[in-house]
This record gives sequence, structure tokens and C-alpha cells, in this order.
Amino acid sequence: MSFQPVKFYQTGTFTVGNRLLVPEERSVQANMERTNSLNSGHRACQGCGEALGARYAIDAAMHATNNQLIAANATGCLEVFSTPYPETSWQIPWMHSLFGNAPAVATGIAAAIKVKRQKGMKDDVRVVAQGGDGGTTDIGFGCLSGMFERNDDVLYICYDNGGYMNTGVQRSSATPPAARTATTMPVGQQPGNVFGQGKFMPAIAMAHEIPYVATATVADLRDLEHKVRKAMTFRGARYIHILVPCPLGWGSASQDTIKLSRLAKETGMFPVFEAEYGELTNSSKIRRLLPVEEYLKPQKRFAHLFGKSPAVGTIVRLQALADKNIRRYQMLDKEAN
Amino acid sequence: MNKPFAITLNPGSSLANHTGSWRTERPVYVDRLPPCNSQCPAGEDIQGWLFHAESGNYEKAWQHLTKDNPFPAIMGRVCYHSCEGACNRGNLDAPVGINSVERFLGDEAIKRGWKLVEPATESGKHVLIVGAGPSGMSAAYHLRRFGHRVTVYEAGPMLGGMMRFGIPKYRLPRDVLDAEMQRVVEMGVNVVVNTKVDNILETMAAGGFDAAFLAVGAHIAKRAYIPSGEVSKIVDAVSVLRSMEGEDKPMLGRRVIVYGGGNTAIDVARTAKRMGAEPIIVYRRTRDKMPAHDFEIEEAMQEGVMIRWLSTIKKAGDTEITIEKMELDASGFPQPTGEFETLEADSVVLALGQDVDLSLLEGVPGLELSDGVVQVDANMMTGRAGVFAGGDMVPADRNITIAVGHGKKAARNIDAWLRGTTYVAPPKHQVATFDKLNTWYYADAPKTVRPMLDIIRRQSTFDEVQGGLDESTALFEARRCLSCGNCFECDNCYGVCPDNAVIKLGPGKRFEFNYDYCKGCGMCVAECPCGAINMVPEDI
Repeated sequence: MSFQPVKFYQTGTFTVGNRLLVPEERSVQANMERTNSLNSGHRACQGCGEALGARYAIDAAMHATNNQLIAANATGCLEVFSTPYPETSWQIPWMHSLFGNAPAVATGIAAAIKVKRQKGMKDDVRVVAQGGDGGTTDIGFGCLSGMFERNDDVLYICYDNGGYMNTGVQRSSATPPAARTATTMPVGQQPGNVFGQGKFMPAIAMAHEIPYVATATVADLRDLEHKVRKAMTFRGARYIHILVPCPLGWGSASQDTIKLSRLAKETGMFPVFEAEYGELTNSSKIRRLLPVEEYLKPQKRFAHLFGKSPAVGTIVRLQALADKNIRRYQMLDKEAN
Repeated sequence: MNKPFAITLNPGSSLANHTGSWRTERPVYVDRLPPCNSQCPAGEDIQGWLFHAESGNYEKAWQHLTKDNPFPAIMGRVCYHSCEGACNRGNLDAPVGINSVERFLGDEAIKRGWKLVEPATESGKHVLIVGAGPSGMSAAYHLRRFGHRVTVYEAGPMLGGMMRFGIPKYRLPRDVLDAEMQRVVEMGVNVVVNTKVDNILETMAAGGFDAAFLAVGAHIAKRAYIPSGEVSKIVDAVSVLRSMEGEDKPMLGRRVIVYGGGNTAIDVARTAKRMGAEPIIVYRRTRDKMPAHDFEIEEAMQEGVMIRWLSTIKKAGDTEITIEKMELDASGFPQPTGEFETLEADSVVLALGQDVDLSLLEGVPGLELSDGVVQVDANMMTGRAGVFAGGDMVPADRNITIAVGHGKKAARNIDAWLRGTTYVAPPKHQVATFDKLNTWYYADAPKTVRPMLDIIRRQSTFDEVQGGLDESTALFEARRCLSCGNCFECDNCYGVCPDNAVIKLGPGKRFEFNYDYCKGCGMCVAECPCGAINMVPEDI
């Protein structure tokens, strides 16, 4: 865990709020005055992890910057469901651009603010750029790498649901191995997405040695908010990668969105950590270690692994990936185990 | 229309889009009955008073608790806390130490002199209570709160009934008992001791009482026929325990045989041990069949009380007794084996249960007496209108908590009867079972264990065996409560809704759904730690 958890006040810091804590120690989301950056009436599916993750992250960023924030948004679910012309759900200065150029647009905004401050603007306006995994790891990859490499003063937030969901669930380079999408069908000798392809963007961001890289899930709000707040203490390029379950694309029940996020971490399928200037500085420890099946089974995109004759070999390979994450990102608390 | 190039519409908010129309199921906030509350024979709102204790507001917690039970310091010592057996936390690590927190609150109240709430108005009605035991004093308290005048007639010299004359000091120190009895008296309850009621109707008529609550308890010891010698000393457990309260302590000798397997047998054996004797309990069945509570058996054995299982007393001589070994038959009943053995014995104490002295009811028309107890209806009223009864003298299990619960229930019904109505209990919520909880959100916290007195002092003194919690441990223990089935404002629903469709109403006011935008995803239900939200189908 990247923040100091409350050791024992009934629910500690596990819940969104905690009436036994002083208000300043509760989460931004527990506040009646939170920004609600992404307001009601948006057209995201029932139980959308991305809508939740975006409100968590942007509300925290608004809180951290004293509401001096401009957002650039790549094309993708998040933009489509929130802003069908002429309506919008966003309650912050927000700009939509192309699928692939959100980092470059954010670079431009940051440059403009820099110029305005040189000309006497007092407000310290900060910039976030956000997009889905398709816009980040595939289409916007070049722009993003450039933004990192120039170390522009932008926080880039990627909401990773593992595919192109609003266009009909196609594979992206963030789709996990063995997962079924419209373009990786559950047929053939090795059904689902192939092993050995795809990329893990946080590791690539770390390789740019930018000031701050972090991952988070919508299951651990306090951790997520802490990371956004911490990112805002740095100048230069920062990257936060948030796992956001997609009930439509994952074939999961709408009420299981947070449960699946939690299981992704507890099984080791998704490592939750922080890195500064290319080095791992912190990782959230697994609280109750579980086998990967617990994470895979509730998702229909992995249903072909659990038919009459379970694809044991594939499950073992996925478990091996989880074990590697656990090892590489030090997800087990050695003292506790 | 003065708009930029290619712009034809004014910008609008997505609030125009009422996504609630997508919904096929709707979440609704519910209150469920916590298993502890459901289990409590005294009808305490355990979760309710723990809620106040969790925030460190012990006085408010105590006030909340005493709405149902005016004796938390006594309960915190002698209640068998079946609530803890029902506690959902038992499925997680260990049950919440409800009993120890209750005792802490009771002790705090005595230490700090907290007062019970006085009645706001006087009804002008006068109620007679017979017996100042747990049931009678509980009824006295509740009737006073309703504003009725209350007079208690007690046959014994002091208040407390079986709490004083049946429970040894090492389990219930007398200053604690006195303090909680006195607090009820201070509410304006008139208590007349050393006054036995011989005929209830005459007493009621003479005193001009509008109603009566009978709670005389059960203290006539049951006897068993044991052939015995001329000088063999056979006494009963009730009189031994009662005489412990007077100046003349009972003379039992060194080798004391206690016959029976209930809690009274354990109490008298442990009392004898503290007086320097070597008690042996003789019981006809096995440990798992013993009616005494297992922790009491365990504590007695720790202190050196011996127990002869599967044995009955056949004969009592002057310095020894003959016991016969028993064996359990297929249906679990003990059958004689014909094998005999002798044990040295200076005295035999019979702890075979107690009967009720029902003589005060003689000649009262309409009463139904059977199995040695008086029958009451669901409203605790006997066959005689206006005469209610509770505690050990009515058909029920016999313990202090049940007696206290009877007192409360009877008081509510007496109050209604005096007003010419019938008390109708509010409908009960569905019980919050473990499967309704999402226990991920509760911090890991093992149970706090209460300190126990050193074994040497337990064997030789009447000092209290079990210690209490201090403030920090009591607070810790209270905060282990999961708040099963009732919102404790953790803000999870408010946080996890992807559609901002939960409205936070502020501290103490809980939340509301905004059904204009709730899409019915059910995430709030899944992530509510305590199961206080339910999904119900929409009428489509």
C-alpha cells in the first residue's frame, strides 16, 4: 500500500469513508462537496469501471490542484459515453481530440500555460490527459512516448479495460492472453488472445525514467487517490495506469466490477505499484492470495477455459504470468507470510 | 443565433439524460436485524449501543443500552451472552466481545454516577411487583419509565433475588449489584423488603393496585430420596448459597459432595472450594450432557473442583457415600450398572433444580398452574386480568437475562393494559446473515481477552474471577462490530456508484438513491460491507 493505512478503526481505510476518522483523513470521494467531475446522465454501461475510475481520478486531481485543472481526452469509450454532442457529463475544463493525439494536445496545453505564466498569470493550472488502453498503448503510443521523452508537465491517466470496447470489443495490445474478444475468437487449438504478445505500458513508462509511474485499480480507492495526489507533487511527465473492468467486454456481471478489480490484484494478475525515475518504490501487498481461477471464472471472456474439459495448460500459463508479477513487483509481504 | 462556425446547438449537460430508465432492478436501503439483537433474551439493541461506544461516546452508549436493560454491569458479569454465539464475526475471526463491552459500560456508569432517565409524566396508576429479583426490578424500572407508580414487595432482607442469593460473589461482586439496584430505586420505585405476599388478591385490594407483576422466582430446592445415616449431613445448594450472604457461613466440612450438573452445582462447588473444602461433583451423565455452561465447568476444574461423571448417589453414610456407576443407553439416558464405589464425604449438597413457591396464588380464580409454574399468555398475563408474571415462575428457560427480558416485556404489556389497549410489538426485520456481508472491508482485528484472576486467589478468596476491559481495549472491542444489516455510514455506496446516483445526506442521516440516474448495476449492493442495501425488481 502506498499510503499510511489506518490500522484499526473498524473498517480502517478499506471503505470509501469511515465515520470514526476525522474528515481530513477520509477520501475525496467520501466528501459531500466532491467535484463529481463526471456527472450523472452519462451513457456508460451499467457497472462501468471506467466511468468510476475516471471520476475517482479526476476528482482527486481536482482536489489536489485546488480545482485548477484542464483535461485532454482521447477518443474512446470515456469520450463517447460522456460527451455526445451537444451534451457533456464533464464538470471541468475538458477538451476532446483525436484517438491518438491526446498526449500531444496535453503537451500543447501545458506549453500554453507555461507561456501565460511567464506573461504574468498567477494561477498554477495543471494538465491531465486521459484515454483508454487502445488510445494509449496502441494508437497514441508514439505521442505518449514523445510526451514522456520531452518530460512535459502532464499527468497521463490510462483507463485499461483490455480492449476496444465501444466499437465492439476488439483486441488491443493490453488485452490479456487467452481472453476472448471479437478479433480473438474462442476457437482453434489455442483459443483466445495469444500468449507472448501485447505490452504492459507502466513498464514502458518506467523505461522512460519519467518522475512518476503508478498503477491502481478501482477496488482500492484510497490507494488510487493517494497516487493521483502524489503525482501532482511532481513536475514533468507522469503516468498512472488504472485497471477498470468492463462488464460488456469482459462478460462479467455489472455488480462485480469492483470485485474483479480486487481479484485482479489478489491473484497477481494485475500488479499495483509505484515507481519514481524508473525505479520501483512501492508495491501494494496481496492481502488474501488467491489462484487465478478466482479472477478468470466470473468473466465470460475466459469461459472457454472452463468448459467440460478445462484448459488446464492455459490456466497454468496464466498462473505463471501472475506468479511473475508477484515476484517482479514484490506483491507479497515477506514479513507477513 | 450567434454561434461559431459549424456549431448549431448550445452545449448542454448530460443531466438531461435520465439513465434511470435503463433499470430493471432497483437498490433500496434496508435495515436488517443483527443476529446479536435477535438472540438477546433481554431484547437489547446491542448493535445500537456498540455504535455509540465505537465513537467513544460511552455515556450515550450506556443510555441506549439501558433503554432495554437497566443492569449492564450485572449482565456484563453473569449473562451467558448467547449474542456472542450468534455474532457473524465468529465466522471471520472471533465474535465481538459484547459481554465485556457491556460490563465496561456498566462499570463506567457506576464510576461516573450516570443516572437513568426519569419519567416525563406520571400516569397516576399504581403497579405492584412481587419479588425484587432480576425480573421484578427490570419490570419496576420499565414501569417507572412509563410513568407508573411502582411498589415492590420483597420477601428477603435485600434487593436482587437470585442475583444475590444464588450467584456467588466471585462472579458478581455485591457493590456492583447494590449500585445497579439502587439506581432503579432512585427513579422513585418504592421497595418494601422482608414482606412476603401471602395472597396476591388481598394485597392488591388492600394497596389499591391497578395491576401486578409477579416474579417470585424459584428457590425451593428439589429433593431426591437418598437413604442416609443418622448424622449424615445433607443440605441443598440454594440454602448453602443463600447462607453465604449472612453472618453464619455454612459448615460443610472438608470433603463436600455436590450432587447435580447445573450451573448451581458448579457455583456451590466453587464456593466450597473457596472455603477450603475439596468439593467433588457427582453427576449422572457425561460432560457434554451437563446442563452447566462449559466455560463454568472449565473454570471450576481449573480451580481444582473434581467431577465424577456417570455416577449417582445410592446411599449417604456418616462419613462416606456410596455411588453407583452409570452408563448411557442408546437414547442417551443413564442406566445403572450395578458397580458401586464409596467416597469419603463430610456433607452432601443437593443441586437438583428448584421449584416455585406458588402459595401466593392460592384461591385466585382463572389461573392455570401446571408443571409447577404459572401459565401466562403471549402478553405475560396470567389467567387473571391485570395479574402478570415472569422470570423463573413462568414456563421458560431460567436465567437472569431471560428474567430481565420478561420484566421488560411484562412492563410494556402492563402499560398497554393500563391504558386499555394491547401492546403490539413492532414487526421484526429479516435477520442479517453472514452471507449478506462483504467482509473484505473490515480490518483484521482479533478478539480482546479479559484478564483472569490468578488461580491461587481463585481457590482461596471470593475476589472476582474475571476482570474487565480498560478504555482502550473496550473501544477496540466495540469497533470490531460489523454493524450487520444496518448502515454505519462507511460511504461505500456513495463512492462506488459509477453514476453519482447516491446522495449523501450528511452525518447521521445516511444516504438516498437518485433513481433518475441509477442504472441498477448493483455495485452498491455488492460493495456494502454490512448488507444494508437490497436489490428489488422494477415493475416493468
